[in-house]
Amino acid sequence: MSPLKIKKGTSRHSAYDLRDPHSDVIESHTLAVVVDNEAGVLARVIGLFSGRGYNIDSLTVAEIDHTGHRSRITIVTRGTPAVIEQIKAQLGRIVPVHEVHDLTVEGPSVERELALFKVAGTGDKRVEALRLADIFRANVVDSTLGSFVFEITGTPEKIDAFAELMRPLGLAEVARTGVAALGRGIVEG
Amino acid sequence: MKKAMTGAAMVVQALKDQGVEVVFGYPGGAVLPIYDEIFQQNEIRHVLVRHEQAAVHAAEGYARSTGKVGVCLVTSGPGATNAVTGLTDALMDSIPIVVLTGQVPTFAIGTDAFQEADTVGITRPCTKHNWLVKDTDELSATLHQAFHVALSGRPGPVLVDIPKDVQFADGKYTPKQKVNTSHYQPRQNGDPDTIADLAEAMARAERPVFYTGGGVINSGPRASALLRELAELTGFPVTSTLMGLGAYPASGKQWLGMLGMHGLYEANLAMHGCDLMINIGARFDDRITGRIQSFSPNSVKAHIDIDPSSINKVVRVDMPIIGDVTHVLEQLIAVWKDRGLKPNHEGLAKWWKKIDEWRKVDCLKFDQKGSVIKPQYALKRLEELTKGHDRYITTEVGQHQMWAAQYLNFEDPNRWMTSGGLGTMGYGFPASVGVQMAHPDALVINVAGEASWLMNMQELGTAMQFRLPVKQFILNNERLGMVRQWQELLHGERYSHSWSESLPDFVKLAEAFGAKGIQCSDPADLDDAIMEMINHDGPVVFDCLVEKHENCFPMIPSGEPHNKMLLGQASTKDAIGKKGAVMV
Ligand SMILES: Cc1ncc(C[n+]2csc(CCOP(=O)(O)OP(=O)(O)O)c2C)c(N)n1
Ligand SMILES: [Mg+2]
Repeated sequence: MSPLKIKKGTSRHSAYDLRDPHSDVIESHTLAVVVDNEAGVLARVIGLFSGRGYNIDSLTVAEIDHTGHRSRITIVTRGTPAVIEQIKAQLGRIVPVHEVHDLTVEGPSVERELALFKVAGTGDKRVEALRLADIFRANVVDSTLGSFVFEITGTPEKIDAFAELMRPLGLAEVARTGVAALGRGIVEG
Repeated sequence: MKKAMTGAAMVVQALKDQGVEVVFGYPGGAVLPIYDEIFQQNEIRHVLVRHEQAAVHAAEGYARSTGKVGVCLVTSGPGATNAVTGLTDALMDSIPIVVLTGQVPTFAIGTDAFQEADTVGITRPCTKHNWLVKDTDELSATLHQAFHVALSGRPGPVLVDIPKDVQFADGKYTPKQKVNTSHYQPRQNGDPDTIADLAEAMARAERPVFYTGGGVINSGPRASALLRELAELTGFPVTSTLMGLGAYPASGKQWLGMLGMHGLYEANLAMHGCDLMINIGARFDDRITGRIQSFSPNSVKAHIDIDPSSINKVVRVDMPIIGDVTHVLEQLIAVWKDRGLKPNHEGLAKWWKKIDEWRKVDCLKFDQKGSVIKPQYALKRLEELTKGHDRYITTEVGQHQMWAAQYLNFEDPNRWMTSGGLGTMGYGFPASVGVQMAHPDALVINVAGEASWLMNMQELGTAMQFRLPVKQFILNNERLGMVRQWQELLHGERYSHSWSESLPDFVKLAEAFGAKGIQCSDPADLDDAIMEMINHDGPVVFDCLVEKHENCFPMIPSGEPHNKMLLGQASTKDAIGKKGAVMV
């Protein structure tokens, strides 16, 4: 306690209420940013990250409201709690940004990613690839005598795990969409 | 039925609707239709600068001295790229300006057309927001939005890029009132609970300090009045950043002077030793904090700022208050009065005793002896001889800028225009042009270094053409003085390229433009020479030859905390460690 009877760093209005602001621990956060779908808006968001030295682990974007011309950008980023707070505040400053949600702290959320895997092989490897795809609930969306294209959705971890298994079985190409995420439950307000 | 109008006519109409009186600009192929419209009217004055960078700095000077939006008009390609330094300067110092750029026609965009540049791409990181308008029907609404964004919340520069075919085409004009700006409405009032917490803390504080910044100026003159009222109510000491000078009067008895790297001893030690720091519209810039880990280690910190991203960006604060300074100070004063709060008189009396001891160090003292003018002396005399005037000061960047901040006194806001965040040499002269346009009868002085001044000296042409009696007070040390000082302190006195070689004869240079030139080298002649400058009805270039090797003190060496201040030449030996040397 300081002589002013204010416990330092614990103002109930502090942006750091929930977590230790001095923590050096790098956290991964999923942010949902709702923006006007106007020219250059994605460049503004990406430019903010590169210009200020923040990380982008994954980024997805698409228009979600065709009449209101709103897009939703889902960004997975990493940083200390202080950096994450700064990223959110900086995003909020961009004029066409309407909402910034930190899904990682705003309560439970679901995250999904879609990926396409091309696996080339014959014989036992081909059979094994098909069997594992089935276990992972991946769909075959293209097949030739020497290759499959699997489509898989799931958490990034699940997709990573599938990739690991496919690698020795002839993994030739991968395309991933990056994470899309939503908070669980009923929308408040 | 709305009248159909060309895009170019809309530009002029929108400027009129926004109450714009002056545009600083430079024509070129991509803005000819707009220039044609400007030619056919008399309401808006156009000031032809001699370089687009100067147009932006002039607009900044205009904006800072009036509180209104400054406006520029430049052509595509090189016109736009020349404006980039000014935009960045305005972004760093939160100055509201609107820059209109011409662009190649929409059908030519992307073809590397003549004088095509990706203007919105280039200026995206150095504007608060920017727009490329591809449809004449959207032009007027975009222009009105641009003014709204420039001025709302934390002010800043915006840019509207207008392709030439959009200027020629007919479209519908949307008046200002019809434009929906509801989305971008930054918050004004601060959180009442935190404000109440702050008020209570202020009543308990034993060693409080108001640390004020450019946000007080940007919030409007009422914010400065409220700051003065709050200071009066509490009796707390007040210091300010370079950007905030004038918000609290230099003659006020609670004034500690500027703080920071070249701030006053008493101001910096008060910041270091306080128990309650009340940051009002400042941003904990590195020129202020020095080494972050040792910055005011034992204080509780409150921070009032309109920009949420300023909170906890570099220094963690205990009481963040997001809101406009005027609104928050109104709230704070209301709580103080409603609750009948009183300052901690006993604690404050001890605190002021301490501060008075620090003041006795007299950190700005200097010796004017011999036949060479000390730069500090020149500014002291300038202050003395101009203080009764309706005076506005701009500066360039370097030692002279810091001396001006230290030795000139500012009694009111909007009277001091200097490039703080970006530190742009070449800012001061064009800024003085912009200030003089806004205040034709005022005494406008640019305190300059000879090197900075040369960076935009072409503006003598502008000053002459528009009969702007700006005074260019050049402290000529024939050195890039600030660079020389750092080389002396940090690089073993190896003065790499910090001489101003081949300087012009400034008097002849002034005369070549038809302006008046004055040179002064003898302290005994200085007063008369300054009076001659003041009394001359027209632009003056004043070449004040000063001591060449004077260093600017006090100085907090980079990487050091506030209490490790250097007070004079004797204290400089090995003052800056290896760690400090890597900082700027
Ligand atoms: C455009 C630009 N280039 C370089 C610098 C780095 N710089 C800072 S102060 C300075 C020297 C300024 O010399 P002068 O204008 O003569 O002022 P003095 O320090 O001598 O008073 C330089 C080169 C800068 N601030 N701005
Ligand atoms: Mg110099």
